[in-house]
Order: sequence, then structure tokens, then C-alpha cells
Amino acid sequence: MKRRFAAVIAAALVASSAAATPDPADWDAVLAEAEGQTVYFNAWGGSTATNDFIAWAGAQVKDRYGVTVEHVKLSDTADAVSRVLAEKTAGQDQGGAVDLIWINGANFAAMKENDLLFGPWAEDLPNWKYVDVEGKPAVVNDFTVPTEGFESPWAMAQVVFYHDTARLPEPPKTIAGLLDWAKANPGRFTFPQPPDFLGTTFLKQALYGLVDDPSVLQKPVDAVDYAAITAPLWSFLDELTPKLWRSGRAYPQTGPRQIQLMADGEIDLAISFSPGEASTAIANHQLPDTVRTFVLEGGTIGNASFLAIPYNATAKAGAMVLANFLLSPEAQARAQDPDILGYGTVLSMARLSAEQRAAFDALDLGIATLPPEQLGPVLPEPHPSWATRLAEDWTARYGIAP
Amino acid sequence: MSAGLHLDDLCIRHHGAALVRLDVHIAPGEVLTVMGPSGIGKSTLLAAITGTLPPGFTTTGRITLNGRDITHSAPENRHAGILFQDELLFGHMSVGRNLSFGLPATLRGRATRRAKVAAALAEIGLEGFGPRDPATLSGGQKARVALMRMLLSEPQALLLDEPFSRLDAALKDQMRALVFERARDRALPVLLVTHDPGDAKAAGGRVVTLA
Amino acid sequence: MRLAPTVTLLLLLGPLLAGLAGTLAPALGVFPALGGTRPSLAPLHALLAWPGLVPASRLSLTTGLVATALSLAVTTLIMAGWSNTAAFRWMERALSPLLSVPHAAAAFGIAFLIAPSGWIARALSPWLTGWTQPPDLLIVQDPWGMAMVMGLVAKEVPFLLLMTMAALPQTMPRRSLTVAQALGYCRVTGWLKAVFPQVYPRIRLPIYAVLAYSMSVVDVAIILGPNTPAPLAVQVVRWMGDPDLSMRFIASGAAVLQLLLVLAAIGLWRMGEMLVACLGRLWIDRGGRGHLDPLLALAGAGAAGLSAAGILFGLAGLALWSVAGFWGFPDALPDRLSLDGWARHGPMLADPATETIVIAAAATLLALALTLACLEAEHRFGLTPGTRSLWLLYLPLLIPQIAFLPGLQTLALLVGAETGRGAVILGHVVFVLPYVFLSLAGPFRGWDRRYATVAAAMGVTQNRTFWQIRLPMLLAPVLTAAAVGIAVSVGQYLPTLLLGAGRVQTLTTEAVALASGGDRRVIGLFALAQTGMVMLGFALAIGLPRLVWANRHALRGTA
Repeated sequence: MKRRFAAVIAAALVASSAAATPDPADWDAVLAEAEGQTVYFNAWGGSTATNDFIAWAGAQVKDRYGVTVEHVKLSDTADAVSRVLAEKTAGQDQGGAVDLIWINGANFAAMKENDLLFGPWAEDLPNWKYVDVEGKPAVVNDFTVPTEGFESPWAMAQVVFYHDTARLPEPPKTIAGLLDWAKANPGRFTFPQPPDFLGTTFLKQALYGLVDDPSVLQKPVDAVDYAAITAPLWSFLDELTPKLWRSGRAYPQTGPRQIQLMADGEIDLAISFSPGEASTAIANHQLPDTVRTFVLEGGTIGNASFLAIPYNATAKAGAMVLANFLLSPEAQARAQDPDILGYGTVLSMARLSAEQRAAFDALDLGIATLPPEQLGPVLPEPHPSWATRLAEDWTARYGIAP
Repeated sequence: MSAGLHLDDLCIRHHGAALVRLDVHIAPGEVLTVMGPSGIGKSTLLAAITGTLPPGFTTTGRITLNGRDITHSAPENRHAGILFQDELLFGHMSVGRNLSFGLPATLRGRATRRAKVAAALAEIGLEGFGPRDPATLSGGQKARVALMRMLLSEPQALLLDEPFSRLDAALKDQMRALVFERARDRALPVLLVTHDPGDAKAAGGRVVTLA
Repeated sequence: MRLAPTVTLLLLLGPLLAGLAGTLAPALGVFPALGGTRPSLAPLHALLAWPGLVPASRLSLTTGLVATALSLAVTTLIMAGWSNTAAFRWMERALSPLLSVPHAAAAFGIAFLIAPSGWIARALSPWLTGWTQPPDLLIVQDPWGMAMVMGLVAKEVPFLLLMTMAALPQTMPRRSLTVAQALGYCRVTGWLKAVFPQVYPRIRLPIYAVLAYSMSVVDVAIILGPNTPAPLAVQVVRWMGDPDLSMRFIASGAAVLQLLLVLAAIGLWRMGEMLVACLGRLWIDRGGRGHLDPLLALAGAGAAGLSAAGILFGLAGLALWSVAGFWGFPDALPDRLSLDGWARHGPMLADPATETIVIAAAATLLALALTLACLEAEHRFGLTPGTRSLWLLYLPLLIPQIAFLPGLQTLALLVGAETGRGAVILGHVVFVLPYVFLSLAGPFRGWDRRYATVAAAMGVTQNRTFWQIRLPMLLAPVLTAAAVGIAVSVGQYLPTLLLGAGRVQTLTTEAVALASGGDRRVIGLFALAQTGMVMLGFALAIGLPRLVWANRHALRGTA
């Protein structure tokens, strides 16, 4: 009797530990476990377009797989990272509050380094077979850090600039040209204040335009002559900053804030990490329909947005179901629709069926969106240590004293 | 045994200092008037009897009411009715509810209680005033309702804290007559504190002057 | 019942002290999950090495002190120049709804008004200014924090005014002023010399609360404040959110510094009080009767009018944005109106609005019950609350939220406490209770005790007296206190975010998250919803007593 009781307990323990760590290779089991789960999806909530898209995706997985999605709208992705960290501090290694995070770059590097992630799981997802690993190496290298299946890509992003043709018909197409234009038109350009993600990206993009050998950016900053490499960047910024909006004494705090500044006529030129953002904003009456997008000569930085599952997530199976759904051709085509989201797809058109491809071909990318062939070459993200170091040094030079 | 209100060697102290000393017996139907300038502790004396002394005050001696020692009873168990110079009608209740609020819970039956309230209103010349908002009554009407409310609760003594001082001359005489008459009818011992010699005269009983 | 005050203080101070401990430990290098197992001074050194430390701390001090001093000055001038006049009642009516506008919403509105591309500039362009594109002027987010100070003053003046009016009756101002005027003093001078010295000690703690709040506010500072660098509190939040997790140490260190700064500022203010008192006595001794009085009174009214106009027009601007099509510079109005925004985002309001109501109602009911229990215990057992207990009550308003909430979150997890709605409600109680208590204590203590004596003399028990006499008679102030509680709860951002593990989403957390995107249509929508909810609370507080006591003249309340 006693022995049987112990066996039941042991079985229960095995069952519960299995429940906590579902095996993505056994997808039917994942689906079975996911049904009825609630996934707390921690994603930046600052964009209404994204929020609407997530709400749609949530409704779809609810219908099809019985998975409920709660979008926890973050003002900063780091809030979710903090949360997982606080849970680890408290020894709460199961039943965590965060099931899925929209993440990339330094946040991913930090979580991976601190063993805060569940996985590997991403490359076992059924829809992984459509992912364009060869054509878009950024889907497995997040800021040069190999993802190793710890996060699943769901959108491609590439740096573009947008301008109001009504005020600025011919925008400058190089970093050096940008400086000349700013000198001639002071107060009409700005960028989000580093360490904001997009602001730091502008620094990296400028650095790409100013270094002789871009390959050094793939190495950690410790491994190169940082001072010498960044010297042209700082002299460029020394000249540019006094010619910025508000003479560089105030900055927009996030990327989307630039949309409002553009609409208010305060700036003529802005940076974006989403090729479709301007078209989407026009559709929402946030920008005048005279706004257009362009890229710099020599290419712009591109990366992928990812989804990661914390090591102590409660609904890991449900989280994987949602991540898999977001990789589906259907969800990817919808995300690329500029009226919806305008995000680039991570899928390879060559791997899709003709029927699946048709959905992408039918998309009207919007008046302000460049077609893929005009987006130009994609530059890889520098090693994450560049973002950290550049943001730190920028803050010390320009972010403290007006 | 000893009916009426007894204050045996009652001494009220404030932080140790003696404020009021009194040793009196008020027989049923008798009115004792306590006079003295303001600030001498007349109201404090009444608070000691109702059991509502503020913190900092202590009493020694004994208070008995119709033979019950109420010196340390809870205020609601003393049955010592009190009237102040303000009528203190409960503004959120109708005139009728004010009166029925005072009725003892032992009086059962809605009809009985209603009849009792109606009779009480009639007794003070306010027939049909039951549903009225107390705020709409005149000063004299309010004073009568306050008196009747207290009497309906069947007190065993009546304490009066300058109850006539806010009334004008004509009303004052009316109310004095009404109050003392009702108290005598019900054989209540009455303790009146006032600084108005007119009150003492109307009461017609013994006068103690505090100093 | 007798234990009510103790329980209340535990509920207030427990989280506070626990949270402070949870902040202090990482500041001294102890944070086991990040490898900090032994105390060290490294976080302190890192903090001191941060080049922005001095300017950020200076900003926190100057904006806080200036905003508080200006708010007090405006409040005083209004009271001195206008109390007991017909104009004052009008001002009172115009200013009190401003109390219900959440800080973030007010700040957004003001930012849209005063920006170079804002509504004022649009209204004057191009016909007057000649601007076809906005001038490159640093008005909002100026490095001196002036825009932020203005935003804070606009919101704090109504609060201080309310607090002053609540304190005033205890000092019999009308008589003092009449005497002063009979002695030949002009209105403002007479009020300042005869009434102000009596009132000030009674509003000292609310002033300190304003000072502490202004120094450590995050949402207003993000919207209107400078960011090169930002005030210290904003920087703490940024460090807390840095992807580099080791920044938590420096963040905790800075949070402790923020706390010390607030304490130092309060000390500084106290010294200022003594200095002003000294100078004031000399001024009174000189016996001047005042000459500039009408000017001073006008200045007060003007400042009050600006406060009210800033917030009301700001809200109107946001309301217009919520239905705007494209609206570019220098158009004074949108090119077309559309309900697209409401249709798209309106349904998104439902869930957070419900959550907001549930939390606000629960926190307010709890705070109200504790407050009533404390006050009734005070009444029954003759407990006399000293100045010290008032200080304790104010403590949650004097300690910057950023200094103890993150610590509290970690501690709650450490002891395995459930985070979520329950924790958020308890967290809100910490901030709601002081306001509910302060709002209710005056009317409750001012209630004529002789009613209780009369009831007791009729043989009515204390419990029945409480439920059937005292509570119904105090319905209006109880409901006002509840409305104040709801307003405080609706406005809470950090406690909701941190104690709710991000899963508890209220209108305020949603509004701040959306605000990071800068879409004025959505911001307008959420700001209106937030304000509407608080106003609904106040409308009920004013309307319900009138409805319930429609036939009871004495109890309809005067609010």
C-alpha cells in the first residue's frame, strides 16, 4: 500500500516536471498541454498598431488551440527582464509571471548570460521550416549573439529614414550628407535619446558610415581599438549636435515620438527601424500623406525581433504555440500589411507554397514603404557591447550637460 | 429603597485637581438647580452623570439612580436623559423617526410604536408633523420634539444643560412650564444647570451654587 | 476596535520599512541573484562616478523646492486676497475639479499647449507670428525644469488650497481678519499677518508631502522635465530598467540618495520656515498696513486662473486629439474629425477600466473601514492622537515611492507572497489611507459629540449610534473621502506596475505604456477615461447625499 502510494507520488512528480518543461519536438503533446493555458505575453505596448496585431493573434490562437493570450503592455522590455530576475532572486523557479517576451539585443544577451531563458526550443517549431535562415542571417544571430534556439524570430526590421516631401523633397543619403544638410537647416533633425534602442541604433548607423573597415564592429569593443574607431563618430557628433532640434539640449525619448514631431512640423527627417512604419502612420492619420521613406547609400542596419520564454514561465507550451503561430505564413503576411503593422517577414518566399506566397504578393505595401528590392543592402548589427559602450559614452558627452 | 438621584460625595477631578464637589439627593419629581459662572464645571457634572466625561477627568464618590449604582455603568445603561441648549435632532431622520428612535426596543409592534409616536406628537401640539424634515421646524417646535424624544426613551432622571438659553422670552416661559410639568408628571428627579436666575426661579426648587 | 490604530499603522508602515530595507540592501551591494553576497561600497562608488550625478540631484532639489514654494505662494495669495468673497467661491469651483485630473494627463495637456508647435502657437500662427513651421525653441523639457515646475504648480495649487481650506475653520480666520481690518490693515497684509501664522502649522505636513512628491515625481518629469540629464528619480527608473542587470545596484544606491535628498530638502524647508517666521515677526512689528495689496490679490487670482486654464485647455486639447484626423502645424483645428480612434481603441478601455474600478473600490473601502475604525476607537476610548501619529500617517507621502517600492517587490517575492491584484490593492491602501484619513478626520472629529450623549441617554448602544446616527450624518464627508481615495488610487503608477507583476493593467499603467509611443490620439483617449473615472467618483460624492437626503436640509453637504 505504502509502496503504491509512493509510486503514485513519483508519477505525479514526473508528470508535473514534464508539464513544466514540454518537449517542443513532440508537437502534439505541446498542443495538448497548451490547451486551456493563459500566456502572459510581455511586449512593448507603446504602439497601437502592434497592440492591435497582438490582440488579433491572441484571438486566433484562442480559437484554434484554446490558448488565451494576455498582452502585458510594457513601456520598457527591461521591466519583464526585471520581473524574471526578481523571481529568480526569490527562488521562484516555477510558476513565473512572464510566459513570453518580445525581446532582442542586449536584453536577450543579458537573459541568456544569466540563465534566465528556457530552451532551446525555437528550431523545433513546426513553422521553423519556412524561416529564411540563409537569406536573413539575423534570424539566428541576435546582435551577433547566436540565438541557439533560445528565441524565435517573428519580424524583420531594417533602419530606414522618413521625410516629409512637402518640406524636404531631396533628403541627404549619406551620413556626411546628413551633417551638411543639418548645418544648412539647423533644428530640423533629431534622434531618440540614447540609451534608447533606436537612438543607439542611429549612433551605430552613423559609425557604419564613418569607419573604414565595418568588420571591426562584429567584434566586442574590448577586442578592438575602440577610441580610434569611434574618433570620427565623436567629431561628427560634435559638429551635428548644436545643429540638432533644440540644439541637442532635448531629445525625443522614443522612436514613435518622432512621428508626432514630424506631424507637428518640428522636424523634417527621422530614423525608424520599421520600413512600414511611415505608411502605417499615414493610414492612422498620424502623418501627412506627403511622407516618404528612404535608405542610406551603402546599406542600413537590419535585425530581427524575437520571442523568448523565461526559464520559470508558467505556460511554456502555450507560449510556444503562440510563437509558432506568429511564424505562420498567415500571421507573417498580416504583419507585413502596412495597414496592420508593416513589419518585414522572416520567412523565405522560396519555401512557401504558391498559395501562401500569393498572400504576400497581394499586399499593397503602402505609399511610403520601399519595396524589398529598394531597401538596399542589410548591414549586420554590431556586437551588443557596441550598443552599451556607445550609449554610455554618448550620455557622458552629450546627455549630461546641456 | 432610596428613589431619586443620589450624588454621594461626588468629586470630579481634572488631571488630579478637584473641579466639582457635590453631595446631594434629588427626590422623584424634584428639581435641583445648579448655578455658577461659566467654566465652573456645570456641564462636566452632567457628563459625569451621563457617563460621557472626556479623557483626563476622574470621579470619586457614588452616583445612584433609583437605587442602582450607575457610577461605572456604560452610558447607554444609565437611563439618565439629557437636554442641551441645542435641540440636536438627528437631521437625517424625519420628526417621527427622531421620536421612535428613542422608544425602548422592548416596546414591540410597528403599530404600537407608531401610535406611541403619534400620541407624543399630539401631546406637544404637533399632530401630523411625523414625516417632516426637522430642519423645517421652528425653534420652539424643535425644542418640544427634543424633549418628547428624550421622554419617550423612558429615562429615570432628567438632566438639563441650560436648555432654555437660546429661546426668546415668550418661548422660554412656555418651554420651562412644559419641561417641569412633564418631569413632575413622570416623577423624574431633575438636575438643571444654568446661569440664568430666571430658570432657577421657574424651577422653584433648591438651588446649589458652585464656586 | 481598540487595536484599529495599531493595525492601521502596521499596514501603513510595514510595507514602507520592508521596502526601504529591500532597497538599502542592494545599495550596499547585497543582491544574491546577481552575485552580490557581501556588502560592498562598489554601488556607491559607481554612483559617485556617474557624471550626471550632480546636475540630476540639483535638478531634483531645485524643481522640487521651486514648485513647492510657488504653489504655496499662489495658494497663500488666493486665500489672502479672496477668501470669503464671491469671487473665491467661483475660484474654488473652478479649481476643485482640477484635483481629479491625474498628474500625467495634466502634464500631457500642458505639454501640448505650450510647446512651440502647441495649441497656443497654432492659434497665433501664422497670422500673428508669421510662423509656418514651429520655431526651434526649448520650452518643454527645458534644462532648468521650468516647464515641469509649471506643470507641478498647476496641479499642486488646488491640493494645497483644499488643505488650507480644511485647516482654516479651526483658526477662526474671519474674526482674525475682521479684527485686522478694523485695525486698519489691508486685506492681504492683514491676512498674512493675522491668519497665515495660525494656518501654516496646520498645513505644514501637506506642504512637505508636495515637496517630497515634486522632487521624486517620475511621470510628470518624463513628459515635461529635462532629459539632459533628467531629474534623479527618472534616472533611477531608467537604471532599474537597464538591460545590464548589474545596474540594479547603482539604481538602488541612487534611490537611497533620492530619499536622502528629500529628507535634506525637508530640513532645508524647515530652516526656511524659521527664517521666514523671524522676518515675518519683524515685518509685523513694523506695523505697515500694506499698499500693494490689490496687486498681490490680482497676482494670486491670475496665477490661479492660469493653473485652471492650463489644465482645462490642455484636457480640451487632448479631447480634440482623440477625435482628430490629421492635425498638422499651424492648423488651429484638425483637418477633419473622426471617431476612428475611439472605435479602434475604445474597446481596449473596457478591461483596464474595470480593473481600475475594482482596485480603487477595494483599496478605498479598506482604507475607509480602517479610518472609521481608528476614528471611532479614538472617540470611544478617548485616545488622543499626537503630532507623532500624524507624521507616521504622512510617512508614505514623504518617502519617495521609488525608494521603497522596488525593494518591496523583491521582498514580496522572497517571502513567497502572491503578487497580483491583491498585492496591488494592499499597495494602494498605503497611499490611499493617508488621504482618506486626512480628508475624513476633520469632519469626523468635528461632529457634535452631544448627539452621541443624547443617544446614550436614550439607552442606545454605541454601535447603534455609530451606524444609525453618526455614519448617516457624516455621509457627505465619508463619500468625499471615498472620492479622494478613488482619485489617489486611479493615479497610482509605480505600485500597480511593480506589485502587480505587470499583469495588473489599469488605465494609468496603460496610459503610461501608450504614452511612450507618443500617439496623442490614444493618450487623449486614456487621459479622458482616467479623468472621467475620477470625476465620476467626485460627482457621486456630491450627488449621492443630495439624492439620499433630498428631504433632509441639514445633510445635503456643501461640497
